[in-house]
Amino acid sequence: MRTLFSSSVGKKLIMSLAGLFLITFLVVHLGINLLLFMDSTEPFNIAAHFMATNLVIKVFEIVLFGIFFLHMIYGLILSVQNMLARPVGYRKANHSQKSFFSKYMFHTAIILLIFLGLHLLDFYIKSKFLGGADTIIIDGEEYHDLATLVIERFQIGWVVIIYVIALFGLGFHLHHGFQSAFQTLGLNHPVYTPIIKFLGVLYSIVVTLGFMAIPVLIYFLK
Amino acid sequence: MDLTLKIWRQENRTAKGRFETYLVRGISPDSSFFEMLDVLNQQLVDKFEMPVCFDHDCREGICGACGLYINGRPHGPDSAVTTCQLHMRKFKDGDTITIEPWRAKPFPIIRDLVVDRTAFDKIIEAGGYISVNTGGVPDGNAIPIPKKNADVAMDAASCIGCGACVAACKNASAMLFVSAKVSQYAMLPQGKVEAKERVKKMIAEMDELGFGNCTNTGACEAECPKEISLSHIARLNRELYAAKIL
Ligand code: HEM
Ligand code: SF4
Ligand code: FES
Repeated sequence: MRTLFSSSVGKKLIMSLAGLFLITFLVVHLGINLLLFMDSTEPFNIAAHFMATNLVIKVFEIVLFGIFFLHMIYGLILSVQNMLARPVGYRKANHSQKSFFSKYMFHTAIILLIFLGLHLLDFYIKSKFLGGADTIIIDGEEYHDLATLVIERFQIGWVVIIYVIALFGLGFHLHHGFQSAFQTLGLNHPVYTPIIKFLGVLYSIVVTLGFMAIPVLIYFLK
Repeated sequence: MDLTLKIWRQENRTAKGRFETYLVRGISPDSSFFEMLDVLNQQLVDKFEMPVCFDHDCREGICGACGLYINGRPHGPDSAVTTCQLHMRKFKDGDTITIEPWRAKPFPIIRDLVVDRTAFDKIIEAGGYISVNTGGVPDGNAIPIPKKNADVAMDAASCIGCGACVAACKNASAMLFVSAKVSQYAMLPQGKVEAKERVKKMIAEMDELGFGNCTNTGACEAECPKEISLSHIARLNRELYAAKIL
């Protein structure tokens, strides 16, 4: 096993499994975010509270950070090795890749990494450690008013613009990443692969627009 | 046809190398790319200059010796052909054609457009064979093989080891080549005996030699003169997981 993960293919296996985990996580994340569009802020606050306090989810949070780390560290190692594999480049670039965004995985990853830092600082660290969210009472229990924190944050134009740019980065990353992960896992089939590719495009569009809707609509409507 | 050629010239492995510009006139659209280069080289020889070195052998698309990176594409603007099968009718009169060698750390340049592809031989030596005890010739149909498997193995076996996949790949990855060489045996009973050792050793050798990692970009498949498909890379991955985990 040790040697599996030291091989190029083994490292890709870790990246693809981690990537698929992150893809699943994003669905949950988006689902909770969309609660912000409910008439009251309560459902979102209750869901956020559950995610922040439930013991199982807390364990999951550590797993999630670990998986992000694995994905990033192996992505970095592989990308650096790839750059070293062609020390002298071509004068004329090759454009025959089948998957357009595959060429920009490292670039979109950098956007995502920077965004991740900002995003965590914005909400996660602010509410958890800096007391950035007020306390409200729902049914006699104390909750952080995360919804108001989010809504206030997205009143600021440049914050919204940064989120929109970063989400384009995410969409492009996933456009290649989704189907690539299945190929890395060894799944390539005349019938299923086109379906996977279609689902990947659908997923990246839905997730990107879904997440984008939150800052944009809050900015214009609330 | 009159053409301007920008060609990479490099005296030896360690020389710095540079692009030189040449003009060739009166090239027939029906001539092959190599015939056009032959005309250029005759011009150079007539002027007592060193001709441009490039690799070729069969000139009919079966040996894998040739390979030039032409206007940003391995084997040039045609699809599913080797450089030797490329014809000048794919270009227009007055075109400027940029000709570069394969670029990858494991493929050092020997001279001009000739690169050293010993790295591929090393990968094959690591496991790309089957060990057979020689004896009498076995009956052709003694071991039944499903037609489907035979077809996949045959497709994989059509890889001529030209290296265009490495040249095309943004990561200079050799995965398409290795996957073809693993697949051609993985599908056949004779190859199954050593399958686990083979895939482990060939991938280890590929990594060792400094080829990049596959990111499923698909440029290899698009440029391969034998149209080896990415499905072989998926099989290579499966073979490795099975060999390591099971
Ligand atoms: C929510 C966030 C993310 C998701 C869902 C995600 C998902 C994926 C997936 C599925 C792949 C394809 C894996 C494969 O081909 O086997 C991938 C590739 C990659 N990811 Fe991410 N990723 C995310 C964030 C990041 C971040 C933050 C970084 C780095 C800072 C990163 C770096 C990379 C790199 C460098 C690749 C390239 C590998 C390749 O070219 O195939 N990713 N990602
Ligand atoms: S896989 Fe195709 S491009 Fe690569 S070496 Fe074989 S024939 Fe050439
Ligand atoms: S010279 Fe043999 S394949 Fe081109």
